[in-house]
Amino acid sequence: MNASGSHARLVALIGLAALLFSPPLVLVFDRPPAAGLSWLPFYLFVAWLLVIGLAAWLMEHRQEDS
Amino acid sequence: MRTDPVVLTVAFGYLALLFVIAAWGDRRAEQGRSVIGSPTVYALSIAVYCTAWTFYGSVGRAAEFGPSFLLIYLGPTLAMLMAPMLIRKMVRIASTQRITSIADFISARYGKSSSLGALVALIALIGITPYIALQLKAITLSHAVLVNYPQAAEFRLAEESFWTDKSFWVALVLAVFIILFGTRHLDASERHEGMVAAIAFESLVKLVAFLTVGVFVTFVLFNGPGDLFRQVADSPELVGALSLDAVPGGAIGWVGTLVLAFLAFLTLPRQFQVLVVENVDERHLRRASWLFPLYLVAINLFVIPIAMAGLLLPMGNGDPDSFVLTLPLSAGIEGIPLLVFIGGLSAATGMVIVETIALSTMVSNQLMMPLLLRSKRLHLSSQGELAGWLLGIRRVAIVLILLLGYLYHALIGDSYSLVTIGLVSFVGAAQFAPAMLIGMYWRGATRAGATLGLLAGFLTWCYTLLLPGFAQSGWLDAAFLEHGPLGLAWLRPYALFGLEGFDIYSHALLWSLLANVGLLVGVSLFTRQTPVEQTQAALFTEAMNPGLQHTSLWRGQTTRGELKSLLNRYLGAGTTARILSAPQGSQDDETPAPPALIARAEQALSGALGSASARVLINSVVRGEALDLESILSILDTTSQTLEYNRRLEQKSNELARIGEELRAANERLRELDRLKDEFVAMVSHELRTPLTSIRAFAEILRDNRELPEEKRVHFLEVVVLESQRLSRLIEEILDLARLESGRLTLNPQRLDLVALVRHSVDAVHRLQEDRGVSLAVDLELDEAPVIGDPDRLEQVIINLLDNAGKFAADDDPRVRLHLARHKQSFRLSVEDNGPGIAPDERERVFEKFHQVKRHGAASGKARGRPRGSGLGLPISRGIVAHLGGRLWVEDAPTLKGASLVMELPEAFDSHRPRI
Repeated sequence: MNASGSHARLVALIGLAALLFSPPLVLVFDRPPAAGLSWLPFYLFVAWLLVIGLAAWLMEHRQEDS
Repeated sequence: MRTDPVVLTVAFGYLALLFVIAAWGDRRAEQGRSVIGSPTVYALSIAVYCTAWTFYGSVGRAAEFGPSFLLIYLGPTLAMLMAPMLIRKMVRIASTQRITSIADFISARYGKSSSLGALVALIALIGITPYIALQLKAITLSHAVLVNYPQAAEFRLAEESFWTDKSFWVALVLAVFIILFGTRHLDASERHEGMVAAIAFESLVKLVAFLTVGVFVTFVLFNGPGDLFRQVADSPELVGALSLDAVPGGAIGWVGTLVLAFLAFLTLPRQFQVLVVENVDERHLRRASWLFPLYLVAINLFVIPIAMAGLLLPMGNGDPDSFVLTLPLSAGIEGIPLLVFIGGLSAATGMVIVETIALSTMVSNQLMMPLLLRSKRLHLSSQGELAGWLLGIRRVAIVLILLLGYLYHALIGDSYSLVTIGLVSFVGAAQFAPAMLIGMYWRGATRAGATLGLLAGFLTWCYTLLLPGFAQSGWLDAAFLEHGPLGLAWLRPYALFGLEGFDIYSHALLWSLLANVGLLVGVSLFTRQTPVEQTQAALFTEAMNPGLQHTSLWRGQTTRGELKSLLNRYLGAGTTARILSAPQGSQDDETPAPPALIARAEQALSGALGSASARVLINSVVRGEALDLESILSILDTTSQTLEYNRRLEQKSNELARIGEELRAANERLRELDRLKDEFVAMVSHELRTPLTSIRAFAEILRDNRELPEEKRVHFLEVVVLESQRLSRLIEEILDLARLESGRLTLNPQRLDLVALVRHSVDAVHRLQEDRGVSLAVDLELDEAPVIGDPDRLEQVIINLLDNAGKFAADDDPRVRLHLARHKQSFRLSVEDNGPGIAPDERERVFEKFHQVKRHGAASGKARGRPRGSGLGLPISRGIVAHLGGRLWVEDAPTLKGASLVMELPEAFDSHRPRI
């Protein structure tokens, strides 16, 4: 993978993270299940871990290449 | 086990452990076996972001405001994702410029302005001191809860005086720690290895402590998360506690807090310190960019379970900020609360240590040094070393900052919950973001713009957050919160210009950043940068430009001696010797200091004093324009660089095209020459064979026919002699031609009279021409025609021309006319005949080797006894004339209507005679 390619992936990941953490999507998940608490915190943790996982893959993968 | 002596022993024992770790880290660094040279340690040191506010306050915030506590960590996650781009650039700039703090960074960006640096340092001091106070408060509070449980902590707090307040003593111990491990080097841009090692350890401690209590609450007090959340779902008052409705400001507040945390993570002085100043290797950023967010996830994993558990379980002490402590206490466990207390202590001390180092560096370098440098008295007494002074200032600053923090904590006391103070500081620190971030990417940002933007943002922050905070603490009349100052409702601090529906932090952030960015951009567009500003702006925005590495930026002049005394005064003898011990160059004090050395000296001073002061000092000894602005700008100007690159590329391709054209032409010419050579060889062989054949034929006749009549024998012998002569003449001509073409023809140029030469030549051929029946007319218009030439060779040319003309004259009444006349600054000698002439397209070809003009009726010409030419006479003649600076060409004969060969030679001027 060349430098500009990984750079573009990183920028895309940042965009994805910003999108996942912001209202339009956050509002979608802000609803309670049949009874009990909102899914929102659960969603946030899942999205958070997803972003971190992608970042780890991107960074470590890139490190091997360069 | 919860008695004061035990708790105090454990707490101060923990602090002692920090000393040991820091000392160990420093010793390893001295031995060259650094313990902090790993991305994991780097990521852990960044976790100083998680303060006591995280440790205790997150649970409180989750209990009160639902998932909004997560935003404080999602913002930094976004920032860390950008680390390979954004923070890497900051690290690169800081290491090349020897930046010591965020105040130094901003001051350096805007032309090493000391006033801007001082402003940033002041804002940081005002904005961050409450945050330090918050940590001390957390220590006091957690200690009180631990010791007094189940009694409410507040009862005792009010009664305590400062010498019984544990946080006062903790602050003192921390002051000693910071002085020991934070001011070891004068150069603040150097790494504090021991301190970073201790911070990384503290990050581990607080994570372990929090995870322990989380696991305990979830799996011991409840039967796992499923059980916990089922119980929460069953209690109606908790439904909706975790939805967006619980977040202040709703969706807008959500985004506002996210942006706030993102900006503050980059601009908080302690974050700048660990992220940028303490970074040992740019490559660590990659690992840290995901490892640190992972740490954040881990430390937040049990926040919601603990908060929910705290809300579920009926406990006398209802302060959600203390749930982390009170939950295990309520279960009657002894060990875990103590561990939690240590975890909270580590979170608080870690933050206090790094923040105090960052602030003390700012205070000493950005506030005190410019003042000291300006004072006359110091300059007079500055013969001694000032290095000790500097460290002294920094140490005093450390003690003062901690005392200030303690004072704030003691005074403002309980009016704020933990989170409130933290977010107020965040908005204050976020005011640095426009000047820093915009300055890193927009070269046009000026000092005036940055200063005004910062001031406006700071004032807005004061008005919308700080003053209302004071009012709520009872220091000010709280009425203006409700009705606005002087009853002006549109100036209410929490609803400025009537903007309502925001939470107070998003509201303050919006207005302060609007003012800040607006003024920064607006003023920058209408102000001009000084040369130093331009240079610094270029160096910052183009920090990743590889062309920068090899530029020598200094152009001014000074001597080694002057530099030496300056460095000695401020950095001490040891450092000075290290800087000046250049591998090359003279060690003499009187020799001029090379530019690289001046740059090194400024960097060393920057690392110790900050860039603004370093610049003032260097300028005091360097004469002339210190920075080679033009060259830097030309290197850095990407636009002009690209243009220049394109121009050069175009030039090169043009050159290539031209060379290609030349090559093609040369190839063409070579082929032509090759062809000519082949022809020439064929011609020469042919020409040589003709006389040879006849010589051989006649010689054989003579040999075989001994009884030939005498008359015939004589005739044959005569033919043999004539043909031999022709052969040798031919060979002579070929040799001449070869010499001419190879440039080895030796001419003997001298001043001569062309008229005399013509007469001589005519005499020589006159007889021969008469024999052939050619009538030769000579028309000399001049008495004298001085030219420079070789008489023998010129005569050869003239004879050749006359001879040729005779051959090509008309068969009947052949006539040749020689005419010599002046033409401008030269003489023209033309030889014409009354022959058929030469067609225009043939005229140049007569000068080709072995070219023979086909004659009409050649046979009759032969019959008239004119010898055939070799075809070499004219090429040789032209070569000789060209060598003498003249020309030879063919044109129509003006009088005899045949061909006319014209030779033109420049007139030779005699220096003794005036020009005619």
